[in-house]
Formats: sequence, C-alpha cells, structure tokens
Amino acid sequence: MRYALFVCADESQELSEEEVQEQWKAFMRFQQDMEARGALVTLQRLQPTSTATKVRKRDGGLVVADGPFAETREQIAGFYVLECEDLDEALEFAARNPAAEFGTVEVRPVWAD
Amino acid sequence: MGRLSAEQAVGDAFRTEWGRVVAHLIRVTANWDLAEECAQDAFTRALERWPRDGVPENPGGWLKVTARNRAFDRLRRARVGEDKLREVGKAMSEHPEDEESEVGIEDDRLRLIFTCCHPALPIEGQVALTLRTLCGLTTIEIARAFMVPTETMAKRLVRTKHKIQNARIPYRVPPDYHLPERLRAVLVVLYALFNEGYSATAGSDLIRRNLCAEAIRLARLLVELMPDEPEALGLLSLLLLHDARRPARLDAAGDLVTLEDQDRRLWDRPAIDEACALLDKAMRLRRPGLYQLQAAIAACHGTAESADETDWAEIVILYDRLNQLAASPVVRLNGAVAVAMAFGPQAGLDLVDEIEQGGELADYYLLPATRADLLRRLGRTAEARSAYAEALELAPTDAERRYLSQRLAEA
Repeated sequence: MRYALFVCADESQELSEEEVQEQWKAFMRFQQDMEARGALVTLQRLQPTSTATKVRKRDGGLVVADGPFAETREQIAGFYVLECEDLDEALEFAARNPAAEFGTVEVRPVWAD
Repeated sequence: MGRLSAEQAVGDAFRTEWGRVVAHLIRVTANWDLAEECAQDAFTRALERWPRDGVPENPGGWLKVTARNRAFDRLRRARVGEDKLREVGKAMSEHPEDEESEVGIEDDRLRLIFTCCHPALPIEGQVALTLRTLCGLTTIEIARAFMVPTETMAKRLVRTKHKIQNARIPYRVPPDYHLPERLRAVLVVLYALFNEGYSATAGSDLIRRNLCAEAIRLARLLVELMPDEPEALGLLSLLLLHDARRPARLDAAGDLVTLEDQDRRLWDRPAIDEACALLDKAMRLRRPGLYQLQAAIAACHGTAESADETDWAEIVILYDRLNQLAASPVVRLNGAVAVAMAFGPQAGLDLVDEIEQGGELADYYLLPATRADLLRRLGRTAEARSAYAEALELAPTDAERRYLSQRLAEA
C-alpha cells in the first residue's frame, strides 16, 4: 500500500551553513535507506511558500493570489510516496525522517486504483 | 430447559462471547462492519434456537461457527472474488471448530484491543470502538454514556473504522519493541473509559456505572491476556480501588464527599483486598510504572481504617516517585496535599506557592481550593475566604461549586 509522507517544517527557521549541510546529509541518508528497501516510489522537494500561488475559481471568476493555501507556522516542504506493508510500517519510516526531529511528518494513505 | 433460562443463557453468552466472536470475525474477514453484523445475527439466531433446541454444550463455539458461516454466506452472495473467498476459507480453517486452541482466540481479542487503541486513531474513536467491538455496547448506549446524539456517535464509529480500513492499520498485537508504548496507549483508553464513568456527575447513574464496570472488565481481560505486564495489573488494581469507594462518594443529596469524610464502612472490602493482591503481584515484577504508583497511593487510602490513620509519609514518597517518572503540576499539587497531611499545613502551603509561581495551573480550580484549605487550617481565615472565592470562579461543575460554597460559608 502506498503512503504519502509530507514533510512539514517551519520555514522561518534560520540555520547556519553547517546545520544546512548536516540536515541535507540526514535527508540523503533517509532517501538512500528507503531506496535500499525498495520502498521509495517518488519524492519531491518544494521551493519555499514565498514562491507559492493560490488559484481559486468561484462563480465563474478566477482569483489568483500570492501565498500558500493555509497560513500556518509549519508548511509542506516536500513529500515522499512510499510503498509500505501497512500504516505501522509507514509510521516507522516517518519516525526515521529527519523532519520528525524538528518539524512534523504527516502520513496519508494514497487511494489505490 | 425453559425459555427464560435459555434467554438468560444468551444474555450470559453475550457478555462473555461477543468480543471473542467479533475479534475472530474481523481476523478472518478483515471487514469490521461485516464482523459486527454477523456477530449480531448469531446472537439473534441463538435467541430463536436455544429456547427451542436447548443451549448448546459449548455456547461460545456455537456462536462463533454460526457467525462465521453467516459471514461466509454473505461474502458468497455479495460475489466477492474467488481469491477472497479462498483466503477467508483458509483463515477459517486455521482454527478448528472445536476450538481446542483457546490461545488463538485469546490472541484475536488482544489483536482487537491493540487495534482499537491504535494511537493513529482519535481518542474518542478509540474509546467508542472498544466499547462497541469488545464489550458489545450498542451505538445508542455509547452515545448516551458520552452524552452525544446517537448520530454523532454513529459517525464517530464509522470514521474510526474507515480509518482502520483505509489507512490499513494492521490487525495485530504490536511487535515487542513497540509493546511498551502501545500498551501505554491501551491503558490510557481503559483509564479514560473508567474516568468517564467515575468522575462526571451528570448523566444517568446506571449508564455511568456500566462504563466503570466495562473498563474493569477490559482491564481484567488485559491482565488475563498479558499476565506479566505490571502496568496492566497496576491499572486493574487502581480501577478496583477507585470503584470500591463508589458507595461512599456521594451523599444523599448527590454531592461529592471528600475522601476524608467518607464513611469507610461503605467501601467494598473484597474489591480492596483483590486490588492489593494484584498490586503485590505487579510490584514483584519489579518494573514500576505510573499505574502501579497511583494504585499504591489509592491502596494507602483504601487500607487505612480512618482518615487519621492514613500513612501520609508513605504517600509523600509515592508522589515523589510518581513525579520522577512523569512530572506534572497536578501530581505535584496532590503531593503537596500529602505533605501537608504528613508534615503540617505550612509545609504543604510552601509547595503550593511554588507550583503557583510556575504558572502552569493558573485556571485549575483545585489550586486555589487547596490553598484555601491549607490557609483555613493555619487559621488565616481572611486569606482562606478569598482563595475559596477564587476557586469558586473556576470550578467546572455544580457539585464542586456547592462543595466550595459550603467551605466558604464555614470559613
């Protein structure tokens, strides 16, 4: 069964160059781990929400506006799609993601065809 | 056998077998709704058959086979794929019908408990689903117990079951390395269930007492299934100790009576004895935990002949250990009360001041209420009165406000 893991983190967090490097390595380790297990279906890293644009169509009118869909402290910074046995396995993988240490990892099952 | 005794037998079987039948059917069909419906069908059929044909020698086995056959029929009629039918048929034959392998069935109920109490489910959903599937309470009964409309409870149950199915929460006892944390989650649900019935004063008394009884029944089941888990023993002991004091908790007007003022002759002595024996057994396993410590504190009260004879020094030690294990301002406040009883009101008041400075319990009525009590005992009446008034502002229920008003009038 497939699960999406959304990496949610506080974008305003200021990190030193060294910390950025450390974090990058940690995410790479996670990715390699998932690949080695054959669990990784796909992953995408997103640009910050300062580049996000909202699009809504209401009563025939188009509204385009700057910003993410919800103004929250933590924002989605990227996501993985993983193939897991069940929710427990997906939760275990989520717990290993570096973002679990400083942000939140949301786990959502993906509808099967 | 007469009709009445046969109906009685169905009622008895419902209490002991419902959870087993549902747990088993969920495993073989992986379909929660089907499992509940077919279990219900089996009991309905028992009500028709047993008065006529006599109560079967093994009522539990009869019910399980009947429910299982019903599930198989319904799956066949719904034309589920051959593969699914074979799978279900195979799962069914794993446990022979004579059910010599008691262990297998027990495992099903344990699977069910751990799945219902999975931390990925909302807590209200966990509690409701446990009551529905393991205890066999109807949606209407559960809704009444939690004072929500039946429709709300029905939706809650459906949502919870959907999440189990759609997010694929596995139906199993968690592996050893997850067991401590997952068992804690189960204990939290059982304790919440008990407290729902014990602490609230609103709602029908009978329904609430029933919730406590179900919580105790589930805690007993957990102890039976996991006899070497000291915290499961600790929780059962704690629930029995609380429940033993029930007859003395309310006065004729329905107002709360403090532990100090309760008529201890009304306490359920056999329950207290059983709780103490369970606690001894837990402590011998030498893995202390929150529930064992709370039970130990409750046991100090339960075994004291009178309020004056309470071993407060021991209770102070137990609260200290509780605080080391899981520091919380509420535990510290209770500890401060024990210190006041053991070493005098001033010692307790010093601790209450410390907690107040921490600021975490700013809206908690028991903080000013405790301060008021200690000030009263120190003879600082004016300060006591203003603290009682402060507590009155914050008290959440009428019963508590009545109690505080009375104290305020006395001060």
